[in-house]
Amino acid sequence: MIGFIFVLVIGVLFVLSYYPRRRSVSDTQRFERRLHQKIDSIDSLLPQTQCGKCDYSGCRPYAEAIARGNADINQCPPGGELTIRAIANLLGRDPVPFPADKKIDSQSFTALIDESLCIGCVKCIPACPVDAIIGSRQMMHTIIKQNCTGCELCIEPCPVDCISMVPVWTRSKEWVWSKPGSILEN
Amino acid sequence: MAMELHKFHGGLKLETHKTITDDIVATQHPLPARIILPLRQHIGIPSEPIIKVGDHVLKGQTIARANGYVSIPLHASTSGKVIDIGDYPVPHPAELSATCIVIEPDGEDKWCDISPTHEYASVDPKKLQDVIRDCGITGLGGAGFPAHVKLNEGVRNVVDTLIINGVECEPFITCDDRLIQEKADYVVAGTQMIRHAVQAKHCVIAVEDDMPEAYEALAKLVSDDIELIKVPARYPAGSEKQLIQVITGKEVPSGGLAIQIGIVMHNVATAASVYRAVTRGEPLISRYVTITGKVEAPRNLQVLLGTPVIDCLKACGYEPNDNHCIILGGPMMGMNVTNPEIPITKTTNCILVEKKKNVTIEMPCIRCGACVDVCPIKLLPQQLYWHARSDNLEEAQRYHIFDCIECGCCSYVCPSNIPLVQYYRYAKSQIAAEERRRDGADHARARFMAHEARHDQDQQADSDDLPLLADPESDVQAKKDYIDEAVKRTRQKRGKQQTKPEDKSGK
Repeated sequence: MIGFIFVLVIGVLFVLSYYPRRRSVSDTQRFERRLHQKIDSIDSLLPQTQCGKCDYSGCRPYAEAIARGNADINQCPPGGELTIRAIANLLGRDPVPFPADKKIDSQSFTALIDESLCIGCVKCIPACPVDAIIGSRQMMHTIIKQNCTGCELCIEPCPVDCISMVPVWTRSKEWVWSKPGSILEN
Repeated sequence: MAMELHKFHGGLKLETHKTITDDIVATQHPLPARIILPLRQHIGIPSEPIIKVGDHVLKGQTIARANGYVSIPLHASTSGKVIDIGDYPVPHPAELSATCIVIEPDGEDKWCDISPTHEYASVDPKKLQDVIRDCGITGLGGAGFPAHVKLNEGVRNVVDTLIINGVECEPFITCDDRLIQEKADYVVAGTQMIRHAVQAKHCVIAVEDDMPEAYEALAKLVSDDIELIKVPARYPAGSEKQLIQVITGKEVPSGGLAIQIGIVMHNVATAASVYRAVTRGEPLISRYVTITGKVEAPRNLQVLLGTPVIDCLKACGYEPNDNHCIILGGPMMGMNVTNPEIPITKTTNCILVEKKKNVTIEMPCIRCGACVDVCPIKLLPQQLYWHARSDNLEEAQRYHIFDCIECGCCSYVCPSNIPLVQYYRYAKSQIAAEERRRDGADHARARFMAHEARHDQDQQADSDDLPLLADPESDVQAKKDYIDEAVKRTRQKRGKQQTKPEDKSGK
């Protein structure tokens, strides 16, 4: 009797061993997946200006560098203090102060084309990472203010230097209360 | 008609200072030299002008139309010429400017054609809402929510109770008290009209127990189907959520609206305006404003909208000086005004002149908990303070910072003089700004990805393109010369100016 049960069990196990095994996720794949999730979360905290001031070619490459440990979290001027804190919070680290030699953008800026100087050369249009410039050959170019992130990439290609950065006007919709006890005005 | 009343948590019993102005009949304020009408005197989207500079307008004429659902039209307060449409200082804590229509009165005060709505009780409620909206009526209790939005609810949701709010709880303010005493018939009739618009099952008019004359005036006119009650004077009993709790014992859900528990509330002055709109077709162009405090002749004025604050102050014998501060609103929730040229708007209920006090120093929190004892919403002001102060915005939201009504009870009792409400306002606006930044970033990311995708596609397509043939007609040299000239011009200009700031070439 015992012998029979023993053979039965061995037999069942034998049969089961032929079923295709669930593909085991290798450690590398798990690592890659988690890394991509990390990059996505860091990227969602970045301001998406795509300006390159962080020394990377865009926001996502910078997010990847942070995730891989190749870059520090205090390299984004448009993001400012809030972004440093948010990323520090996400990664469970202490916030790092902004380097003394770099300048945080204290205000939002938008690009403005001086129409009296623009020659319609279309050199600025491909430079804009978010397609905020409308124009065509020998037609007037203009910046779509709602789409401009203030990255300043259009300034350099312009041969007649007709693009300048102007502060975005704060209307009462965008105005914020300042913190009590702060010395500086908002 | 005894109704069992309930209590709300916390609150304060304050010195009311109402006897300064509550027994003086309101005077009609004369035409000012200029009428400045902001396009946004309500919560929602600013209205759009439909007249131009130079146009002559009549009193009550529509000069700006509603822009969307949560928006209302604007009307000329008097006849005259439109002299400007531009940015002028408006009531705002940071004294920002906003777009206003400025009218120079011609002195004739001539009305445009207006027509009443006959037999309102048999009119479709929706039609009544349109009339109220077209007359530019917004909540006159202080917040300025377009009245027609809170009337529409009656069509989609069942309204159990309509409450007409005459509970003027903030110290010094008596404009609603005087309005009821002088125009009780407007208030009662307006209540009936609003009741018809929302199809409410029950109807209540509430006043404070320190307004006996107003109570009597209403008691003479209310019919049996309206319940008139007195609520104990306690700040902030007149706030919507607190008054609902006192009258019905129910609480408005956190982050929710009164309509979710079947209640609609309107201010007594809103009811009076509805009466004018329905029986005469008169749009909202004036309101009662209390001028009080350290002025020679404190009183209530019936003021045309758009009248500069300084005009009203002068009429009550006050000249701005360095010893006093001017507050728009009451001592608890009012706003400091440094430019008295700003106009009276639909939501201005009081101008209070007080002696300037020494700057109070903010001391450390001693965790006494006095703030928790007085919060009418039963929040934890102390926790909100810690989180707001350390920019812990997510935690502040977890503690329901957006349910704070900014009544100021907590700041009032704080022994360390901590400006608590300022901290909450800061945190709330940071949270809102963060959301706007996130939305902007998401928008930019989407555009960037589309740009990259198109870029990749173009690179692909370039290899398939036919070579561009040069246009034999074009003069290439002329083009080159034109560009060289332009570059030379700018180089000269650049030479005169300072060098441009360094920027990176990212890509």
